[in-house]
Amino acid sequence: MRTNKLLIRTPEGISFTQRLAGPVTRFLAFAIDLAGITLISGTLSQVLLLAAIVSPDFVLAARSICYFVVTIGYSILFESLLRGQTLGKRVLKIRVVDAEGFRLRPAQIVVRNLLRVIDLLPAFYAVGGLCCLLSPKYQRMGDIAANTVVIYTVPEKIPDLELLFSGSYNSLRDHAHIGAQLRKLISPTEARLALEAVSRRAELEPESRLELYRQLAQRLRSIITFPEEALEGMTDEQYVRNIVDLIYRPTL
Amino acid sequence: MIVDLKKFIERERSTWEELDQTLTRIENATLLHLTLEEVERLHYLYERTGAGLIKISTFAAEPNLVRSLESLLTRAYAELQSGRSRTSKWSLRRWLFRTFPQIFRKHIRFFLAGLLLTIFGALFGGAAVAFDPDAKAAIVPFPHLLQDPSQRVKEEESQTNPGLASSKSRFSAALITNNTRVSILALALGVTWGIGTLILLFYNGVILGAVVFDYVRAGQSVFLMGWLLPHGVIEIPAILIAGQAGLLLGQALIGWNSTETMQQRLRSITGSLVTLISGAALLLIWAGIVEAFFSQYHEPVLPYQFKIVFGLLELVALLTLLVGKRNVSGLTP
Repeated sequence: MRTNKLLIRTPEGISFTQRLAGPVTRFLAFAIDLAGITLISGTLSQVLLLAAIVSPDFVLAARSICYFVVTIGYSILFESLLRGQTLGKRVLKIRVVDAEGFRLRPAQIVVRNLLRVIDLLPAFYAVGGLCCLLSPKYQRMGDIAANTVVIYTVPEKIPDLELLFSGSYNSLRDHAHIGAQLRKLISPTEARLALEAVSRRAELEPESRLELYRQLAQRLRSIITFPEEALEGMTDEQYVRNIVDLIYRPTL
Repeated sequence: MIVDLKKFIERERSTWEELDQTLTRIENATLLHLTLEEVERLHYLYERTGAGLIKISTFAAEPNLVRSLESLLTRAYAELQSGRSRTSKWSLRRWLFRTFPQIFRKHIRFFLAGLLLTIFGALFGGAAVAFDPDAKAAIVPFPHLLQDPSQRVKEEESQTNPGLASSKSRFSAALITNNTRVSILALALGVTWGIGTLILLFYNGVILGAVVFDYVRAGQSVFLMGWLLPHGVIEIPAILIAGQAGLLLGQALIGWNSTETMQQRLRSITGSLVTLISGAALLLIWAGIVEAFFSQYHEPVLPYQFKIVFGLLELVALLTLLVGKRNVSGLTP
């Protein structure tokens, strides 16, 4: 089945996912790398021209070798040095990893990059692009042979959850016994939904956000009722935020 | 049960940070020997973070935190589950005299298959030119080989300096890059279940057979050997080694007589593919230099006997490297 996630199940019973990069993102990264290759080989060419006074034949030979080595070696070198990233991949925040979650080996990097000659056929990455579109894990030929996939990188910094919780005075906290009851009655799914709605607030369109918080607040109100005075002047969004604060941070 | 997220993070943060620091240390080190206690600690941190992820995913799916822990666990899993650790420094000498020949011999049946196909191609090419002289123009893609062999020999032997005298480096570079490209293609075509590689090797054989037959028929066998052997005895096996890698890749994709999954089969040959193609590239560098700086000189500048002996010595050296028994000091496992 096609999915945009790489699912890894460990022998310890832990499952975790990584979001796979699609063909368009990968193509854009490749375009940046192509510019990088042109820039590097062009610069080397100019530097080598300085030696033309001594031996024009040697310079032309060196330029030819340099261009060949840079074309073949650019991705191999950068993916080896930058843990699966080239400059283009770094800009687009994607990374090459082993398809089964193991450590990416240098041999895999070499094979996936050498097989690019097939992916580029007959022109404009046609074989690679088609293969990427049809493959369940968005793999081009080189990825299949090397057993690699390309994923989006994720910032590993532990997020600051203080921003999620109610920053201002939470009037619902004045009713601790109702809060305790709510924590017993609310299902984990409902709690997760409320938390996710708060944490993904910035991703939502204003109208969708209003509608989502309205429906969520309605659902949460149906679980338990707080006294009217505690809810006075409280918008649906603030209500959901206060509930999340109450559930996930029962003690201050 | 709803997790008190704030307390949970406060309690677990040190574990996650320690795991991150340990992984960064491992990833940045070329060679790193962890003690048993360090490995146990790493495994503990990994399991504890995993347990934390399960708890968070089940009871408090804060997406940024989940993604962050998943990313951390992916790195930890990669380090803990990968079979081999980086325990020794890479050495060119060991790779050239031990690893490369070992891998070549391990998969020699694919080399022999490629050789056999090239021979069939050569016989076909020779037969095609024998029965239809016009076939030469269709088969041989190099214009300088289309002229009459006797005429070419006459022209070459009348020059004391070859035509490429002022551009030997350029010629050598062009040969190296072109032959390496062909080798990479021979490997890469392995993804067509080896069919593309087989066609490429057969076609190479056809060209070789057509040229050889053309020169032998014209009575220029000695010139041919003096011209081809110095670089050909290295260049042709190098292309065959690249073809060997392509056929190995094709076999891994097909998986005849294998109970392993395709991923397992590919994983087991990735290192061999890189070794074979690197070996082929190394041989092609040598062949390119020899072809530009040595093969293009003919009699009276260089006697053909000398060139033929040189070529044969190269062949013996190559065979000794690849299939000869040796006991090289310092190369014991």
